[in-house]
Amino acid sequence: MREVRRLLPPLDIISAPTSMQRLKDRGFSRAMERVLGMDPRDIIAEVKASGIKGRGGAAFPTGFKWESVYEAPGGNRYVVMNADESELGTFKDRALLEYDPLGPLVGMLIAAHAVGAKKAYCYIRGEYRPIERQMVNALQTLADCGWVGPHAVEVEVRRGAGAYIAGEETALLNSIEGKRAEPRVKPPFPTSKGLWGDPTLIQNVETLANVTLLFAHDVEWFRQCGSPQTPGTKLVSLSGHVKNPGVYEVPFGFPMADIIADPELGGGITGSGRLRAILLGGAAGTFLSPDQISATVLDYGSLGTFDASIGSGAIMVFDDSVDLSWVLRKLAHFFADESCGQCVPCRIGTRRIVEMLAQGGLYSRVQDLRDLAQAMRDASICGLGQTAPTALLSILDRPNWQGA
Amino acid sequence: MADDVTIIVDGITVTVAQGTTLRAACDTAQHTVPTLCWHPNLEPANACRACVVEVKGSRTLVASCSRLVEDGMEVQTASDRVTHSRKVVAELLLSTSNADLAPDLQHLADISGANSERFAGGDTWEQPIQDDNNLYIRDFSKCILCYRCVEACGEDAQNTFAISVAGRGFQAHIDAGFGRELPESDCVFCGNCVAVCPTGALIGKAEWVLRRQGQWQEDRITTTDTVCSYCGVGCELSLHVMDNRIVKVTSPMDHPVTHGMLCVKGRYGYEFAQSEEG
Repeated sequence: MREVRRLLPPLDIISAPTSMQRLKDRGFSRAMERVLGMDPRDIIAEVKASGIKGRGGAAFPTGFKWESVYEAPGGNRYVVMNADESELGTFKDRALLEYDPLGPLVGMLIAAHAVGAKKAYCYIRGEYRPIERQMVNALQTLADCGWVGPHAVEVEVRRGAGAYIAGEETALLNSIEGKRAEPRVKPPFPTSKGLWGDPTLIQNVETLANVTLLFAHDVEWFRQCGSPQTPGTKLVSLSGHVKNPGVYEVPFGFPMADIIADPELGGGITGSGRLRAILLGGAAGTFLSPDQISATVLDYGSLGTFDASIGSGAIMVFDDSVDLSWVLRKLAHFFADESCGQCVPCRIGTRRIVEMLAQGGLYSRVQDLRDLAQAMRDASICGLGQTAPTALLSILDRPNWQGA
Repeated sequence: MADDVTIIVDGITVTVAQGTTLRAACDTAQHTVPTLCWHPNLEPANACRACVVEVKGSRTLVASCSRLVEDGMEVQTASDRVTHSRKVVAELLLSTSNADLAPDLQHLADISGANSERFAGGDTWEQPIQDDNNLYIRDFSKCILCYRCVEACGEDAQNTFAISVAGRGFQAHIDAGFGRELPESDCVFCGNCVAVCPTGALIGKAEWVLRRQGQWQEDRITTTDTVCSYCGVGCELSLHVMDNRIVKVTSPMDHPVTHGMLCVKGRYGYEFAQSEEG
């Protein structure tokens, strides 16, 4: 196949990523001008009709989220672009902001126009300093166009300080407010009570880039790619035992196996050359066995049959020399380090998983691990604690798999 | 009334005012849920997860201390998922912290059938006692990170903001700022953190000394209610007296003036009453 390039700019583009010319070349200025002449309700209706779902991991229908914020009572409204990309094996927002930062930023301005926000925040991962400079340059270009500034939408860049949890939307809001990045209890959702208690729209970088593409074209164009259930394309971050690691754009519904094997994409397995598993969705994701990979396409329904999800689009490939229980121990350390410590199941549970795995408990303490995992999924405050045992369970649920 | 909300708790129909928490509604149905971090005079911290209940249609369990009732909610306070999570929460806390002076945690462990050994044997919060002032002791090996002290020190009562949670994950802990000792911190020694601590991690020094000497005997302690004589606010004091000596001062949590909170003088300035000097 030829790789689809919609979110990613064409390879032969010569305009600089943050230039006025790039805005024109990519149709972003057309998108912005079209939106400025539209009624917010029509913008939201178009996003709904496009079928765009959130690309941060939860896949919540974007148009419905916008409608919630638009209809929420309250004076001030905010839009936040979540660029705190911290999921393991995920580097697609970084690629977008480096190669085509005007796309997501225009999407943010479109969102602000749709929900009536006069202020927007770009919350970017602290380690992404060079990317941040690129983003700030792009914002200057948008200010030169008159789309960013005191008489349009004011945009403030906020830098994360190295916490995975700050990517969780409510922890991110606390961080912007100058508080400790601890998740808030939901409901109320940010759409009704977000920043400083006002309705707030939080979207992932890639989601906003999709929005800009939609308005640079139309719903029909947008839905030409992807599956009927999930229109559009997805950026995947491919890493591990694969010949061509990197960021690739593929339509939803694309065969999982081809992402790894296609010569224009992953290019096949390296290392031993024999695939053991992929970890789909990052640390909070699910292991898929070679059989499952062959049986699925990149879409929520297909992956759901194996209790897997696309998550952030991270695909880590492991050949058969990798001991997956070693990977599980690494993941357990990650969650224990990154738990904020607020709630008991996550704060203590993540530590106990590290200890049990270090003692070989994956084989000997299966029931204790399952009981702990169940309580973490059921009773943790946020997605971190709820999904910390997911990869572990995906191994435990297949006792005969020669993976771990 | 138009502002009333009707929900079902364990099959019992309960009508409560809008804005009521699920926890309070469960109380109304007389199906009380256990709590650790919740306190009647503080904003819910949502931290301990002992009060989780199962709400029909909700993917995860719900912390009843903070979730408000919505019309038609169907709530289970003792489903298998709920009792399982409560048990694991108790087991995790028992594997980490010393529960000797934590009656609420002991109660949770009892009712949930927790096995204190199941997750034990790993890291704990055992650490030296912090004895850096004359008024109260910090024994963080007993802490369960319920956030009550942080809230009492902050905007729920004292508005001093001397302490906060620092660190993260298992290393998260209560800190007076950059690891400082209390006398060097912003602490004003009102002791309101001590008043709300559910585990004895924060404890008046007089009580701590007597306990260490084996002389603290609850059945020998009487309480006398009076009004603080220091200023004109009119704070109610409960003087806890053992052997004709004041060993602790508190204020009733339901008192309309104090809501259980005092200042440093009311809580700790009682020595003059038992001074031998004229």
